[in-house]
Amino acid sequence: MQTDTALAKLAEYPHVVVAWVDDDGYPVSVATSFRTDAAAGRVLLDGPQPPIPTDREIEVVGSHIRPQPGVGYDQRRYVSIWGRAEAGERGVALTPERAWGWDETEMPFFEYSERSVPQSKRYLDQLSRERGVLVKPRLALGWLALRTTRLPFLTATFVPVFLGLAIAARHGSFDWLTALLTLIGASLAHLAINVTNDIFDELSGADAANKNPTQFSGGSRVVYYGLLSMRQLATLAGGLYLAAIVIGLVLLAMRPSTALLLIGVAGVLVGYSYTGPPLKLVYRGLGEIAVAVGFGPIMLLGAYVVQTGRVASEPFVASLPVAILIALILYVNEIPDRRSDASAGKRTLVVRLAPSTVTRIYLVAAALAFALIVVGVAVGILPWPTLIALLALPLAMRVHTGIQQHYDSPYTLMAVMGTNVKLHLYTGLLLLAGYLVTLAVALLG
Amino acid sequence: MPWLPEGVERLLNTALVSELTVIRADGRAVTHPLIPLYDGERILMHSSTLFSKKLEHIKANPRVSVSLSDPVGNKGLTDRATIQGDARVIEDDPHRQWEKLILELWRAKEPAIDDFLKARVALPLFFERAVIEITPRRCLYWPDGLTAQSPQVSVAPERRAA
Repeated sequence: MQTDTALAKLAEYPHVVVAWVDDDGYPVSVATSFRTDAAAGRVLLDGPQPPIPTDREIEVVGSHIRPQPGVGYDQRRYVSIWGRAEAGERGVALTPERAWGWDETEMPFFEYSERSVPQSKRYLDQLSRERGVLVKPRLALGWLALRTTRLPFLTATFVPVFLGLAIAARHGSFDWLTALLTLIGASLAHLAINVTNDIFDELSGADAANKNPTQFSGGSRVVYYGLLSMRQLATLAGGLYLAAIVIGLVLLAMRPSTALLLIGVAGVLVGYSYTGPPLKLVYRGLGEIAVAVGFGPIMLLGAYVVQTGRVASEPFVASLPVAILIALILYVNEIPDRRSDASAGKRTLVVRLAPSTVTRIYLVAAALAFALIVVGVAVGILPWPTLIALLALPLAMRVHTGIQQHYDSPYTLMAVMGTNVKLHLYTGLLLLAGYLVTLAVALLG
Repeated sequence: MPWLPEGVERLLNTALVSELTVIRADGRAVTHPLIPLYDGERILMHSSTLFSKKLEHIKANPRVSVSLSDPVGNKGLTDRATIQGDARVIEDDPHRQWEKLILELWRAKEPAIDDFLKARVALPLFFERAVIEITPRRCLYWPDGLTAQSPQVSVAPERRAA
């Protein structure tokens, strides 16, 4: 921090604490009143008892925190300046030589914490060396699994799989066992992709570069934080892929189908190539398309084909709004990551485009998703009860407004990202409800 | 055996923030705002490994000073105190040990900590922590908060004997 900036900040505090090392070798820290002289670049300190020495360096600290009973704290800030004091008329004067400080209104606590991760690693490494045993951060197994796999994002898999199963049921094909295996296999594949994505983000330096991760963006960071080793993460990814492939093969054996084989292979390739070499689709601005294809047509058609053994136009059309909305989750989640992504060479769409363009594209794409439902019903491909999904449209408007308002604020954007996840989930659930109504009507009729 | 003035103990039991001054390797003082806890004999503070430079300084030089000076952080108390002491860093298990040593005292002073603990999965490194245990040696106390006046000075019995 520049010393003139520090002086200006210090002037806002009602009192300061002056610290120095006394002749016994102990620090002394004493509160005192003060004023700043910006023109002269000095702090004038009223003389406390014990008196401030002028033969050694002193530190002047302004510190503030506002307790919020039952909630915690806010308004956390402090500023320190160092230098040698000179005797003055009423006390001593200090011309700062160095300064340091933090103000949570300028750097949110979460970002301050992220910027301090290297210090934590140094400290734990040193502790490990002193002890001769590895000292590393830990999480309870359940929380670690949740964080590592990013389990809550499985809604992105549940929506297309359930829709595919519902459409198959409407077309007269439904089997509980293969439906369950489809859901488990697709979920395992999704988790494998999440973990693989984190491996490549760590290897590319994207994790280290990202100082503003949120619960929706920035990946799991389990290797970066030292919670797991790269080997453990790679083993987990391999295990998840293997389990997903085994379930895929079982499904193929139960329901032999060239279409299913092609969909399965395409799913694995798209999932791996999202961040994996040589294609590294997300690095080329193709991440949204990969996610749209993977969590739209591939998942939904895959679930449908397992049940029916054939490809049809209805599940494909139904997958399009789901595909667009899942791509928009990634798209919005890339906004807070854009600087770290750019520095890691991850040229996502948000990195490539101006904020106003990003915002406009969001609106157009969200509108297209809902327009496709209307057109699908109008041309008779989708059943009319699926129009109930339009009830989720206001969420898209809220996200669009939120992006405009919070584009540069990762932490206030978090609520917007949450609403965007709900937009995909609620639209998917409403489409599903539309199909269930259609099924019920058909059964009763 | 407790020897700190009653007013200082009240400050320690009330304050939500204090200033801990430690000595860097180059001999300079550096100060960190921290919540002070008090077990009736020793001052207990704690630090995340994220902000652990202070811990490294204390391990190299255990002499520290604690200032209790902010009426806002002290819930309206206007008296002030400075406590010099010897600190040690307790870091055998940064994951769990601090909970056993200070969580009860911390919770009593700041009940909201339980909500923060629920967010451990979101901030895993923040909750890898070491405890700073400070044995007071000398205390300066300004009952009316006016530090321009001479403080009441108290010294630990063992230091008086020395």
